[in-house]
Amino acid sequence: MGSIFAFFAVIALVLIAFVGVSAGNMQYLFGVVIPYAAMIIFITGFIFRVLKWGSSPVPFCIPTTCGQQKSLPWIKQNKIDNPSTTIGVVVRMALEVLLFRSLFRNLKTQLSEGQRIVYGEAKWLWLAGLAFHWSFLIILVRHLRFFIQKVPVPIQMIEGLDSFLQIGAPLLYITDVVILSAVTYLFLRRVFMPQVRYISLPADYFPLFLILGIAATGVLMRYFFKVNVTGVKELAMGLVSFINPDAKLLEGIGVIFYIHLFLISIFFAYFPFSKLMHMGGVFMSPTRNMVNNSRMKRHINPWNYPVKVHTYDEYEDDFREKMKGAGIPVERE
Amino acid sequence: MKLYGGGKIITGLIIFFFLVTFPFFLNIGKVNAKPEPKIDTPEIQKLAEKKCIEPKAFMRAEHMKLLNDWRDFAVRNGQRLYVNSEEKQFTISLQNTCMHCHSNKKKFCDECHNYMAVKPYCWSCHIAPKEKES
Repeated sequence: MGSIFAFFAVIALVLIAFVGVSAGNMQYLFGVVIPYAAMIIFITGFIFRVLKWGSSPVPFCIPTTCGQQKSLPWIKQNKIDNPSTTIGVVVRMALEVLLFRSLFRNLKTQLSEGQRIVYGEAKWLWLAGLAFHWSFLIILVRHLRFFIQKVPVPIQMIEGLDSFLQIGAPLLYITDVVILSAVTYLFLRRVFMPQVRYISLPADYFPLFLILGIAATGVLMRYFFKVNVTGVKELAMGLVSFINPDAKLLEGIGVIFYIHLFLISIFFAYFPFSKLMHMGGVFMSPTRNMVNNSRMKRHINPWNYPVKVHTYDEYEDDFREKMKGAGIPVERE
Repeated sequence: MKLYGGGKIITGLIIFFFLVTFPFFLNIGKVNAKPEPKIDTPEIQKLAEKKCIEPKAFMRAEHMKLLNDWRDFAVRNGQRLYVNSEEKQFTISLQNTCMHCHSNKKKFCDECHNYMAVKPYCWSCHIAPKEKES
C-alpha cells in the first residue's frame, strides 16, 4: 500500500522536526541550515534536470493536436489547437499552463450494459487540480510578505482579496480552505477510483501528503497554535539577507513553525527528483511546445547520422571523359 | 552536452533563477529594522501594576481573537462587561478600554502590523486616536 508508506513517511518527517526542536533544541539546524540546503538542492537540481531534458533531441515533429491543421486557404484552420505559428504555440501553452486545457478534455470511458462503450465527461480532476494549483500559487505569493521589508501593494492586494470574506481573526484565507479541500479530493480520488488506485505509487501519495502536511501546519499555526510571527519574519528576512539569527530569536518561535519549515524544506529538496518537476516539464513537452508546420518545413532529426553521399554531379565529374569516350550522354560538358 | 533549443531553455532557466532568488537580491546588504512596539504612554506609566487585561503572552498571540470576540459581544449581543482570567472586570470597548492605555496607536499597533503587512479593519468603523507626531 503506497499510501500508507507515504503517510508514515510524512508523519516521520513531522516527528523528526518536532523532536529535533522541542527535545533536541536544534532550532538552528531546522531554521537555518536545512532551509539553505533545501534551497541549493532545489535550484541546482531544477537547473540540471532541465538541462538534461534539453540535451535530448526531438527526432520528429510531434505536437499532439486537436483541431484542423493549416491546409488549403478555404479550409479553416484551428489556430490554437493546431498552431502553425509561434504565437499560436504561445497561446496554446499559456492556456495549458494557466488553465490546464488538455485536462479539461478528460473523458471517462465505461462499458454501458456491459457491451457498448460510452464516453462521459470527467471534469472533477480538472477542477480540483486547477483549484489546488492556483491556491498553491497564491499562498506562495502571499508568503512574500515575510521576505520583503516593505510589502509591495500587489502582494497586499492579493492578501486582501484572499481574506475578503472577513471571517474570524486572524482573517480566514479562502485559499487555505480551497487547498485543503482540493488536496483531500485529489487523495481520495486515488483511493476510491480503482483504476487510479491501481496506477498510484508511493511517489504519487508522498507529495500529496507532504503538501497536505504543509498546508495543515500552516493553517494550525495561523489560526490555532500561534507562533511569534514577527520573529518568523525576522528569521525569514535574516535568511534572505544572509544575517545569522541569534539563539534568542530562534528559541522564541514555536515548534510548529519549525515543523512547517522542515516540511517545506523537504518539499523543495525533493522537488527536482520527483514528479513535481512537471513545473519545468510542462514547458518542455514537445507534444505541446512544437509548431505543427510539418507540411511547410522539413523537420530534420538532430540525431541523424551524417551520411556521406556521392551525388550524380560528383559521379559525372569523376568519369566525364570516360563517359564521353564510351558515348554515354552527360548532363554538363 | 549539446542543448537543443538552447536559447529558449537558458532564457527560461534565467527567469526561473531570478523568480526563485529575487528576495535575496532585494534584501542583501540591507539593515532589517525589527518592530519595537512601545508601551510608554502616560496612562500606562500611571498604573501601579503594569498589566494588560490578560497575560502578556496571551495578548501577544490572541489579541486579534479577543478583539473580534469583543466586537461580537458589544455590537451583536450588547454585552459590555468582560471578566478576565483573574475574575477582574473590564468594559468591553476598543476606544475606551484598549486605547485608553494604549493611546499610541502608531507606536503600538502599527509597529508590528505594518511590519507584517497586516491590515486590521478596526479603524474602518472606529475613530483612530489623534496622536501628536513625535
